[in-house]
Amino acid sequence: MNDKQPTYWEVMEQRGYTRRDFIRFCSWMAAFIGLEATGITKVVKAMETKPRLPVVWFHFQECTCCSESFIRTSHPIVADIILDKISLDYTETLQAAAGFQAEEALHNTMKKYKGEYVMLVEGSIPTNDGGIYCTIGGRTALEIVQEAAEGAKAIIAWGSCASNGCIQSANPNPTGAKPVHKVISGKPIVKVPGCPPIGEVMAGVIVHILTFDRIPQLDGLGRPKAFYSRRVHDTCYRRPNYDAGLFVETFDDENAKKGYCLYKVGCRGPVTYNACGVTRWNNGVSYPIQSGHPCIGCSEERFWDNGPFYQHLASFPGFGIETTADKIGVAIGAATVAGIAAHAISTNIRKRKLIKEEIIESNEQGGEQ
Amino acid sequence: MTRIVVDPITRIEGHLRIEVEVKDGKIVDAYSSGTMVRGFEIILKGRDPRDAWAFTERACGVCTTVHALASVRTVEDALGIIVPPNAELIRNLMFCAQYLQDHVVHFYHLHALDWVDVVSALKADPVKTSEIAQKISNYSKSSPKYFSDLQKRLTAFVNSGQLGIFANAYWGHPAYKLPPEVNLIGVAHYLEALEWQKEIVKIHTIFGGKNPHPNYLVGGVPCSINLDEANAINSERLAYVGKLLDDAEQFVEQVYLADVFAVAPFYLEWANYGGGLKNYLAYGDLPTAGYNEVSKFKFPRGVVLDRNLNEVHPVDGKNLDEIQEYITHSWYEYSVGDDKPLHPWNGETKFNFTGPKPPYDYLNVQGKYSWLKTPRWNGKPMEVGPLARLIVGYASGNEEIKKAVNEALKKLNVPATVLFSTLGRTAARAIETRLVARWAKEFYQQLLSNIKNGDTRTFNPEKWDPSTWPYEAKGVGMTEAPRGALAHWIVIKDKKIENYQLVVPSTWNASPRDAMGQMSAYEASLIGTPVKNPEQPLEILRTIHSFDPCIACAVHIYDEKGRYIHQLQTF
Repeated sequence: MNDKQPTYWEVMEQRGYTRRDFIRFCSWMAAFIGLEATGITKVVKAMETKPRLPVVWFHFQECTCCSESFIRTSHPIVADIILDKISLDYTETLQAAAGFQAEEALHNTMKKYKGEYVMLVEGSIPTNDGGIYCTIGGRTALEIVQEAAEGAKAIIAWGSCASNGCIQSANPNPTGAKPVHKVISGKPIVKVPGCPPIGEVMAGVIVHILTFDRIPQLDGLGRPKAFYSRRVHDTCYRRPNYDAGLFVETFDDENAKKGYCLYKVGCRGPVTYNACGVTRWNNGVSYPIQSGHPCIGCSEERFWDNGPFYQHLASFPGFGIETTADKIGVAIGAATVAGIAAHAISTNIRKRKLIKEEIIESNEQGGEQ
Repeated sequence: MTRIVVDPITRIEGHLRIEVEVKDGKIVDAYSSGTMVRGFEIILKGRDPRDAWAFTERACGVCTTVHALASVRTVEDALGIIVPPNAELIRNLMFCAQYLQDHVVHFYHLHALDWVDVVSALKADPVKTSEIAQKISNYSKSSPKYFSDLQKRLTAFVNSGQLGIFANAYWGHPAYKLPPEVNLIGVAHYLEALEWQKEIVKIHTIFGGKNPHPNYLVGGVPCSINLDEANAINSERLAYVGKLLDDAEQFVEQVYLADVFAVAPFYLEWANYGGGLKNYLAYGDLPTAGYNEVSKFKFPRGVVLDRNLNEVHPVDGKNLDEIQEYITHSWYEYSVGDDKPLHPWNGETKFNFTGPKPPYDYLNVQGKYSWLKTPRWNGKPMEVGPLARLIVGYASGNEEIKKAVNEALKKLNVPATVLFSTLGRTAARAIETRLVARWAKEFYQQLLSNIKNGDTRTFNPEKWDPSTWPYEAKGVGMTEAPRGALAHWIVIKDKKIENYQLVVPSTWNASPRDAMGQMSAYEASLIGTPVKNPEQPLEILRTIHSFDPCIACAVHIYDEKGRYIHQLQTF
């Protein structure tokens, strides 16, 4: 293997993409990661000159939905970029048969690019009973993750498993499942929660790192602001129904057929930070609420224990008018989602001004790490 | 004797390890071990049964939806809920979309590289490749320029020195038999399939809001139909589904099936290996007259024993003596003793790890050696999956299945006995994909027809409110995951889950031995498989991958003294 590392532009050129395609891709990516038009030149420049970033991808207690979501990334050129423009030196999911060389590739990368490679983690890490609930090659997930994290420049925690423990950490958490940040310290960790995260969001996070050579701005909980600074509720196209007190009372009733708000059948949109309402799923085709099911809050810590899913957030008889809704929003945020309580309180749902303030506050919390 | 350890083969529940003994170039003994557990059945206790679909769906993100389907069915079965016909049709459409995506991804991205040599494709003649491609299919992307451009792209990729996902495989292994031109077609379609697979799942997004892990609902489906509303399933959404199904059938016929028929003749030797068990179980699925009318399923339910196609045994998930799980060799303990099996309604999930302390080289295969339990049907081990579905369908006299199987056998000019093998398993998956692509269009037409006739119901609200439920209820929900027979068993008490047990396809296929020492499907299928070069055990991968264990597997190989010599990583 030689050390030549073609730039993104060189690779695209070899693949037969025109300069115009390349610029279009850069513009799309710039827009996607939330840059103003003036930022496009930065993206173009970065893609023209940056060599491929060494990346290693691990699987622990997970269901592979993150990997599946990742391969759904919508834009064809994005799929090419992600598979080919990063140097994916180790991945149980996507790497072809590689014999002894695969293990070697992992160790080579860990050695040669010590301090430079990016580590992607899918799945939580069981810690009970010496970690025997997930072993790979006779070694525990805990041992493997700690060894690989040592030389990583940054870690991306894919999905809710790696970000907050997800389902296996739901009560009573039989295996002692923990997210990455509970077993690794001293490394920048980007959390990309969701079960799974949106494919385009996963691609967007990677492209941000490639383009700017640093991790994206994070909020106080370590999530990229570009995708997790807004509540699903605040970006939901059904929001006007909520404000007007128009609710689905039960599934497939007359109100459901009109696409009213799903709050009363359990929607977690008011306490869930994710890009579903904006980016939507599978190239913008739909998202859970648009297809008639309440948000279950899958990107929030301990969402499995914040149920039952179909019980609405507070059982307030006669609920439905705006002022009451605001109060309930605050109370729920504080009571049921302790981890984001401060966030939730500061993000009142009604007034535009308040939403603006929340973004400012979110910026102050996060920042470069 | 050489001991080979295969670990991990990650799959739907997580991570899989296989230890085999090789003697005179053939596998003489095999042990299959699941090395990851999350404790779903423990976590589910005490929760709202209506939420169980969301929990269990997370058992697998690859065959996403199927656990949700089994779960809503088990709750509906327990509570006596009949879903409206449109909900059944929409569930069928989501089922079909899952098969179409999953089987195509399995063939191209998880299995094909066991048969297709990517590096050999660099030597192909694009003109000849085009001629072959046009001979085997009407697929439009088949010009000499298309293949020449692809080859240039591939060459540049290899010359970059960074082979990415194609790095360091067994390219050049003598077991690869395809000419360079067919390899180039394989690589082309690997990339085309990767593009296409993200389209077909949009059917899940339309009806279920997202993929992976679309939303389900006890009593129906969450989406409403309203032709006069932008916020519901309307003519635009329906047309979208129709377009995706048309494209899917075209892709399956012109690419997937054409490739399987083109590649299979080069590997007929693999009709001799990997047969394994002789018993096949299918729960059946795709109801056409409601979930309780089993005789009207597109995929029939039943058991075929000892490959006797003249008799199909009925399957009853509620018979306490029929389907049972052993934990004799699994890291659990039963209150009745570890040698006795339990029916899932009485199932217990209590961890009892007795394996070696990590890091370890070998498992104690004489004792407990897996996190998977061992299911049995009337005490017998069963293979489940596409092959089992077709065998049960064929033996049941299902005309559509018989015709599809016979057509395929005729096209390949081989006898029916080749089905009982590694090759047969891979072919069966393709054959049923063709059927599913056609059936999906039937379901779609029926849905349109229902709506046209004024039926837009998608949800039955009668038993939605837990106050309408009996104090205690039991249910079983069966389906066919792409990888085989899947069922959930529930016991509801006082509006909450008292017990919940999942018996999944890979538990049938990949489980350890039972109390009588009988092997399950993976272990049995490996016996007799040749391993010419222990450092490049392509043969093990071919057979294990023919079951579609899942996306990733990594194989660690040790020599007879347990000294680490090798690891391979593959799909």
